[in-house]
Amino acid sequence: MLIKRSPNGIDLPYSSEITPRAVFESRRDFIRQLAVGSIAGGALLEMAMREAFAQSPGAQKLAAAANPAYMLMEKKTSYKDITTYNNFYEFGTDKAEPAQYAGSLKTRPWSISIEGEVKKPMTLDIDSLLKLAPLEERVYRLRCVEGWSMVIPWIGYSLSSLIRKAEPTGNAKFIEFVTLEDKKQMPGQRSSVLEWPYVEGLRLDEANHPLALLTFGMYGEVLPNQNGAPVRVIVPWKYGFKSAKSIVKIRFTKEQPKTAWNLAAAQEYGFYSNVNPTVDHPRWSQATERRIGEDGIFTRKRKTLMFNGYSEVAPLYAGMDLKKFY
Amino acid sequence: MRAPTPKQITILKSIVFALALLPFARLVAFLLLDKLGANPIEFITRNTGDWTLYFLCITLTVTPLRKLSKWNWLIKLRRMLGLYAFFYASLHFTTFFWFDHFFDVQEMWRDVVKRPFITVGFTAYVLLVPLAVTSTNGMVRRLGGKRWLWIHRLVYVIAPLGILHYFWMKAGKHDFAQPFLFGAIVALLLLLRLVWRWQSSRPQIGAVASSG
Repeated sequence: MLIKRSPNGIDLPYSSEITPRAVFESRRDFIRQLAVGSIAGGALLEMAMREAFAQSPGAQKLAAAANPAYMLMEKKTSYKDITTYNNFYEFGTDKAEPAQYAGSLKTRPWSISIEGEVKKPMTLDIDSLLKLAPLEERVYRLRCVEGWSMVIPWIGYSLSSLIRKAEPTGNAKFIEFVTLEDKKQMPGQRSSVLEWPYVEGLRLDEANHPLALLTFGMYGEVLPNQNGAPVRVIVPWKYGFKSAKSIVKIRFTKEQPKTAWNLAAAQEYGFYSNVNPTVDHPRWSQATERRIGEDGIFTRKRKTLMFNGYSEVAPLYAGMDLKKFY
Repeated sequence: MRAPTPKQITILKSIVFALALLPFARLVAFLLLDKLGANPIEFITRNTGDWTLYFLCITLTVTPLRKLSKWNWLIKLRRMLGLYAFFYASLHFTTFFWFDHFFDVQEMWRDVVKRPFITVGFTAYVLLVPLAVTSTNGMVRRLGGKRWLWIHRLVYVIAPLGILHYFWMKAGKHDFAQPFLFGAIVALLLLLRLVWRWQSSRPQIGAVASSG
């Protein structure tokens, strides 16, 4: 037999193999310390992470797996800058105002009604929207038409997932996003700087591009109100104003939507508004941009990239004169 | 109200000088304390632009206020206030020339020629320069009062150009409240001058009216 047995059937170890009690107990202590330590360490680590993200206290976490296809080797803009420097006219025209006044926005309950040229008009509440497709983290550049930019880790999924669910008819050529209109929650709407509600839109093929993100979160948490909570789109190859915030309605249309900034100043803000360093804004050049928080006061502005660096969208505009369709 | 003594005027001037420097001091403090926000250049540009307009308006208020209140000594503050308008305009222009163009004259010139918004702002600033240069007593003497006055009437062009520049900046964002307010103030200040001029050009009618 391969297994040795003692003749009396009782298998006793040699005394030399018995761990002395003191050692045995100190091992236990070690393990206990390790366990306690790791818990404390874990807590510390979590706090450290929170420090690193400098997130808002009490903000709700939003779990998402990083999508390696959409990571950037660029430094992320700080949470503070992203949440205190916003163009969100529903809460005031000054960039500091959204952070001050967006607290009045009630993001729950919330639902999006899906209308127009679809086989399945429907209303989806925020919870079912969140479950429609797996949430991903994607780090995108954001280029504002005003000439500044940021790098932001968004959380969401491709807008195409929602479009597929809505089943647009053959007539659907465009998609229109409508932001909430409610003067009580959005005090900026008392002023007539823009026509309310804010409307943005895309061509359907643009909206179906995998880069177009239906967005619910940022920096590992649900979207702060001033960043367009609870649900917005992010179209990273277009100027920021194309990415509608706090969406309550998505309409599929035959005609090109009448978008807010285009209505306000057509010669300054085209329907397409792709990031394009060769097409200037009437009042400033779009060839360069200032990266918020990173390019110091004395640093030269950086060159703006065609389609904000997302050259994969170029086929969408094949044969189009982008100087005409700015 | 009794006219202040020369000594009191000197004290008053020092106080106004210090007060007018406060916005600049605030900018410097914010810069050092890192409190200019996410986009410091934008903050500096807008802030110095705003203060240029404030000082233009304040300077243009001196004469009407003097006429209405009969406080003739107010005129002694006008030059300093005007120079502060120039000071903040210079900071505003330097921010643009430095941080937008990094002292590249050609690139800046292209911007000036191409964009009406910048053309107007730039013109207003260039027109301010001779006013600042001829602001000394020596220059007034050298030019003679009449010619000096003509040069300094340029401010009636500069202020509206400044407002137009501001209006265009805000118009792109459909934000007209402030440009209209500034426009109304400057319009009122210039209109008062026109009315007074019209009255003074018909002294006999005024005399008849007051004697009758």
